[in-house]
Amino acid sequence: MSRPLLEARQLRVEIGDKTVVDRLNFAVATGERVAILGRNGAGKSTLLSTLAGLRKAAGGAVLLDGEDAALMPPRQAALQRAWLGQFQNDPFGSTVLETALTGRHPHLGRWDWESTRDAELARGALKAVGLDGMETRQIHTLSGGERQRLAIATLLTQAAPLYLLDEPLSHLDLNHQMAVLELFAGTARDCGAGVIMVLHDPALAHRFCDRALLVFGDGRTEIAPVDDILTAETLSDLYGYGLRQIEDRGHRCFIPE
Amino acid sequence: MPTRQRAFLILASLCLLAVASFGLALTVGSFKVSYGEVLGALLGQEGGAGDVVLQLRLPRAIAGFACGGLLALAGALMQVLLRNPLADPYVLGISGGAGVGAMFAILVGLPVLGIDGLAFAGALGAMFIVFGLAHGDGSWTQTRLLLTGVIVAAGCGALVALMLAIAEEHKLRGMLFWLMGDLGQSTQWWPALLALVVALALAMPFARELNLLSRGMMQAQALGVAVGRLRYAIYLLASLATAASVTTAGSIGFVGLVVPHLVRLATGNDQRLLLPASVLAGGSLLVLADTLARTLIAPQQLPVGVLTALIGVPVFLFLLSRQPK
Repeated sequence: MSRPLLEARQLRVEIGDKTVVDRLNFAVATGERVAILGRNGAGKSTLLSTLAGLRKAAGGAVLLDGEDAALMPPRQAALQRAWLGQFQNDPFGSTVLETALTGRHPHLGRWDWESTRDAELARGALKAVGLDGMETRQIHTLSGGERQRLAIATLLTQAAPLYLLDEPLSHLDLNHQMAVLELFAGTARDCGAGVIMVLHDPALAHRFCDRALLVFGDGRTEIAPVDDILTAETLSDLYGYGLRQIEDRGHRCFIPE
Repeated sequence: MPTRQRAFLILASLCLLAVASFGLALTVGSFKVSYGEVLGALLGQEGGAGDVVLQLRLPRAIAGFACGGLLALAGALMQVLLRNPLADPYVLGISGGAGVGAMFAILVGLPVLGIDGLAFAGALGAMFIVFGLAHGDGSWTQTRLLLTGVIVAAGCGALVALMLAIAEEHKLRGMLFWLMGDLGQSTQWWPALLALVVALALAMPFARELNLLSRGMMQAQALGVAVGRLRYAIYLLASLATAASVTTAGSIGFVGLVVPHLVRLATGNDQRLLLPASVLAGGSLLVLADTLARTLIAPQQLPVGVLTALIGVPVFLFLLSRQPK
């Protein structure tokens, strides 16, 4: 049994003085996909950035590949996990290809310039998200969805074994939502990557993830295989709104009452 | 993204521009010197023109180049640190602090060394005040740093105005020249040049990390940049570079704001090229502007800060109007 890609031990996360996650224990193995679900402001993004080691835990520890993320040099952490934030803002101009190439940073030495191989990797990542042919476009001319896909391409260029995605589907149309989810499902299946993503659609979480982590916002969390935990009952409790469950060819769908 | 070869080409042509600006600065003036005589003087030949070139024009040109380079470098670094294209080396109150120190020194009649010393002390004082206030609770976001800097600068501006108001008539001209930026007052050329070389040498190893920082703190950290340490280092480096320049030649405006933008427009926003190119372009621009300042209405001299501002304001407004939203 190989070491888990990520492990949370007795993890506590606070926003201000409020404890949003308390005594969370879970591990993500290679090839596994975990969805994080919860209400707005429940602390999903804060939990995700804590798992990425970008934010100090209020208690407990996060282990990346068996090592304490808090003690890990940033560059080593960047080789272990890639993190997709919710907001991309760009005060300075840059081209699409340059932006995708920033993902190569942890792989390059201090004085290295990006090689043609790095550029090929970046082009491949752009192709994977359907941005091929746009390499020389300025990023501020992109639409919201294109900008989001560029951020995902940058993540793929980083080529870390673990992906932490904060609302990867925001700004994406239906077609690209499915494409992105299938892309990460494929990466998990073929390359053994671990994926943790914050999602807002429990149906997509059920379809594309192995387990779901529910964050209630008052410190309580629950994690279980999607078939067990993504039910009308638990989700109604989670969102505080009655939901009805419909099954169709193995896919679950949840409709507000 | 410029390739390494293209970066070297651009830097080489900017080096030529720098050499050309020095050539102009050494030959042009109220006392004309031919290129042959300049070369002779530089190679150690004794002669009539030698003294003018070696003891007056060359030190002044070197000081000008160093100050221009320092300001452009500090401006480029501040723009990354604050993630704001409108940031310049003075936005965080460094020049304001230096101004207060220098005005006080002139007011009480200290010699040149005292003016330089107090100006540097004032710059450091402003730097620590802004950092202390912005860093208070450990968060120091760009907005908080920027606001603190602007407020401290405004306070320094008020103190400077107060001292100008109570200064005796015969000291006013010197004070105004200092405030507008003037290379005629620089006594030593080597401290600024040394500061420039050291600052660029310290900044270059972090150039690619600065590229990432300009895209956002979390983003940069996720990609493996030690953001906390890097931001302290840039803040210190940019502030000290500004302090060195302001101490040498007063607060010369617009070089630090406009030059990084001009270079960015021409070469893109890769700091590995932007930083050294800004240094060369800023240095050359200031040498050229200073040559104009000494010759336009010779034998009288203009403060070079007036010329850089006169050139800088229209260029900057032009850039701003075509800044993509």
